[in-house]
Amino acid sequence: MNKNNSVFESRAQGNLNKRHRVSKIWRSSFFLSTTIGIFSLVILLFSIINQAFGYVIVENKVDPASLSSMPLQSLEREELISILQENVSKNRFKTIQRDNPVEELKRSELVGLVTSEIIKPTTLKSYFLIPSLTNKAEIIRTQQDEFPNAVVQFRSWISPSFLTDPLSTNPDTTGIRTALLGSLWIIVVTVLIAFPIGIGAAIYLEEYSSNNWLSRIIKTNIDNLAGIPSIVYGLLGLAIFVRGLNLITSGVFIGIDQSNGRTILSAALTMSLLILPLIIINAQEAIRAVPSSLRQASYGLGATRLQTIWHHVLPAAMPGILTGTILAVSRAIGETAPLILVGASSFINKDPSGLFSNFTVLPIQIYNWTTRPQAEFRNVAAASILVLLIVLLTLNTAAILLRNHFSKNKAA
Amino acid sequence: MTENKNQPIIIVKDLSIFYKTFRAVKNVDLEIFENKITAIIGPSGCGKSTVLRSFNRMNDFIPGASIQGNILFHDKNIYDEDVDPVQVRRMIGMVFQKPNPFPKSIYENIAWGAKMNGFSGNMDDLVEKTLQDAALWDEVKDELNKNALSLSGGQQQRLCIARALAVKPEIILMDEPCSALDPIATLKIEDLMRELSHNYSIIIVTHNMQQAARASDMTAFFTMDEDRAGVMVEYGLTTQIFTNPKNKQTEDYITGRFG
Amino acid sequence: MQIAQNPLVNKLRKKPRIGDNLIQAVLLICGIISVLTTIGIVFELGKESLLFFKMPGVTLKGFLTGTSWQPAIGEFGILPLLTSTLITTFFAMLIALPLGLGAAIFLSEYASPKARKTLKPALEVLAGIPTVVYGYFALTVMTPFLRALFGSDTVQIYNMLSAGLVMGIMILPLVSSMSEDALHAVPRSLREAAFGLGATRFETAVKVVVPAALSGIIAAFIIGISRAVGETMIVAIAAGSGSAFTFNPLNAAETMTGYIARISGGDVAYDTPEYNSIFAIGMFLFLTTLALNLVSRRIAARFREVYE
Repeated sequence: MNKNNSVFESRAQGNLNKRHRVSKIWRSSFFLSTTIGIFSLVILLFSIINQAFGYVIVENKVDPASLSSMPLQSLEREELISILQENVSKNRFKTIQRDNPVEELKRSELVGLVTSEIIKPTTLKSYFLIPSLTNKAEIIRTQQDEFPNAVVQFRSWISPSFLTDPLSTNPDTTGIRTALLGSLWIIVVTVLIAFPIGIGAAIYLEEYSSNNWLSRIIKTNIDNLAGIPSIVYGLLGLAIFVRGLNLITSGVFIGIDQSNGRTILSAALTMSLLILPLIIINAQEAIRAVPSSLRQASYGLGATRLQTIWHHVLPAAMPGILTGTILAVSRAIGETAPLILVGASSFINKDPSGLFSNFTVLPIQIYNWTTRPQAEFRNVAAASILVLLIVLLTLNTAAILLRNHFSKNKAA
Repeated sequence: MTENKNQPIIIVKDLSIFYKTFRAVKNVDLEIFENKITAIIGPSGCGKSTVLRSFNRMNDFIPGASIQGNILFHDKNIYDEDVDPVQVRRMIGMVFQKPNPFPKSIYENIAWGAKMNGFSGNMDDLVEKTLQDAALWDEVKDELNKNALSLSGGQQQRLCIARALAVKPEIILMDEPCSALDPIATLKIEDLMRELSHNYSIIIVTHNMQQAARASDMTAFFTMDEDRAGVMVEYGLTTQIFTNPKNKQTEDYITGRFG
Repeated sequence: MQIAQNPLVNKLRKKPRIGDNLIQAVLLICGIISVLTTIGIVFELGKESLLFFKMPGVTLKGFLTGTSWQPAIGEFGILPLLTSTLITTFFAMLIALPLGLGAAIFLSEYASPKARKTLKPALEVLAGIPTVVYGYFALTVMTPFLRALFGSDTVQIYNMLSAGLVMGIMILPLVSSMSEDALHAVPRSLREAAFGLGATRFETAVKVVVPAALSGIIAAFIIGISRAVGETMIVAIAAGSGSAFTFNPLNAAETMTGYIARISGGDVAYDTPEYNSIFAIGMFLFLTTLALNLVSRRIAARFREVYE
């Protein structure tokens, strides 16, 4: 008896060690799987930051000192306008007047105009952050050898002026204000459309409908729509809003003179359809989570269904609904494909002025700039991505804080 | 005080309650008397809560629930086509097993129901009166703005009673109101019930036989028959049921031989 | 005793609540909008696709089996675009499936609650990054890396491998989170039975829990594939423009979604062959992803039946 046991034990012991080793090895590989994604994220952030800052070799066509003995920022508007008129060809000045009359420009904008029209600083060469930090001496040597009239400056491609300057075709001087405003307009209108409809549908499905064929069809539809690629929504938007409902979306029906439906309204309608399933599903869950004892208390006092929903269920579900809406908005801000289809224009430099303006958005600009070969476009693309990621980070943090704040209060 | 033969305020005639095709309660005949406390007792699962909830049409919310028979409130069947269940629930109030105050202030809890039902008088007075009637005023009169969820279980339940009183019902249904409370809070509520019965009619479902014996005027004893449907076995004055039950099943339950 | 019947009966009578009914109708309409959206998609895609197929020289068979997509000379065979989509999807799933499942197993079976609390949100951050940023990553980091690895002669500047691998990283959190839900749904008693017999954590996870959660995991995989097929920006930026029929992942080849993006981003007039063709391809995409999603939901529903 003992002999059998010891044989079994020694064999089991050897086997056991091997099995533990195997388990540990696999644990490491599973852990690795988890971290590879995080590792890629780090590399992504790293490369973006790398390309958003660095030294540039800049040469001015005209030396600012030759225009005025005082720095441009300190000159008055009249002086700036006269510098402009003196140094710019008549035709060019006429064009400038037509697009953006100088009398209406602020002083900072006039300085920008003088810079871009006369001084014309051109980036001859730009470097990424890592080479900038490690090879400074070599960069300075290159400038002295090849570009004696230029200077080496450290450039942060993301800067306050980057945020407030309008789009331009020159990567040196471009800002993203036009795109930021476009994104903002579209998001606000989208939420105004999708939020009430989404909540309404969720309330109907959770509080009013019995489990009949109609609500089952609606539920299946919503689940399906949530999984459809966003580009299909773009096709829908193109066919129906841009083309089919052209008269409405282009503003012709209220007398606006333009012929195409590639407007903020079309974009917002398309994006609403895109995020609607997300809002509905999330709102449904939030409403379902409201305990039935709350409803029963209300009904027991002789309240109608509407009163119960409006006074008790909705307020209780609202934190969850808001959190979900913020997340849906994050999703919408980063969407590109549907907006390409609905006609986001990449050559716009006028700020959107209303529902019926043509538009561009930040992701579209990123797409545009990424696909250009020149190195400076990489820089502005990276800077734009940084802006986009910061906006998304803020939104998501707000959502998480909101969720935590309200779950703490509920526990009372 | 002249002995007034009390009128029945609810007359239940041949009531059966169905969940889809399953008969949960069978052929109940019962009269609830005005300004009396009526207890419904019996073992678990014999339909006591189901019967109680049929009195204020709360069963309407359960898909597939239906009734046969009549429940007459002031001689009108509350299940008639032209009767508004919302109004029924205003006139027949309910206190639930687990206290469920709204996540609002104490004041708001009471004010909300009254406002919604069109109360246009002095709300402060109403809040004070109902809280006094619910024996809670002294404990909370200085903190009416405090969140109701910060009260103890017993206080929350009394708040729920005050809330129910604020819409001025005629009948108060109580579904095992003390089962989530400690013995002292329980006694407080029983005293409260006795006070309230001067102005309201109270129907209470309870698991606690001693509570029924202590606190009620009339008692109905339910049990489950072979088809698992609830049936009323005996109904009468509490003193009679507990000292001299007419039915052997009643006697067995009361003496603890089963249930 | 005063017969209080009449006034009481009046009080009980049903009042017509017009406001309530109106609101209920409005809410119903909100719900129906989702149905209208689906109808709209099917209708519009179908309408334009029909116009497409009505063009002379275009047949369904030619569309599905033709190996050349050159709208300029009237050739509309979808295979080049389709193979490009399939190849990028393949590489995406090559990353997302094993790594996603591995991460799910780690988080569900191995990780301490504290580790879970840090790692799970980190993975979710990955899921929140816009696809255009991933496209940038593919073009500016992954492609140079591959070219350094394999040589700039073998790897083109735009290539399917780079786009596919980055797509995989994007889909990884999705597969991981769905698989983890599936693993989590397996009752603890099953694990305890295995541990009670002296199994190691690895054996329990891989030989007991994963098989029990298999249909949920498969559902996750299929959703991942559906996501990869429908993805646009990563492939539009990094996989190439202009269709090419090639099986070499190191070459450039436009995918179905990339084609739609390119055509609609340029100057395309309504009712031209190109315009109609993007709807035909869109319809193909819609049907494919719909089918994949339905299959996945079926499998997931059957899985939930067992465990709930």
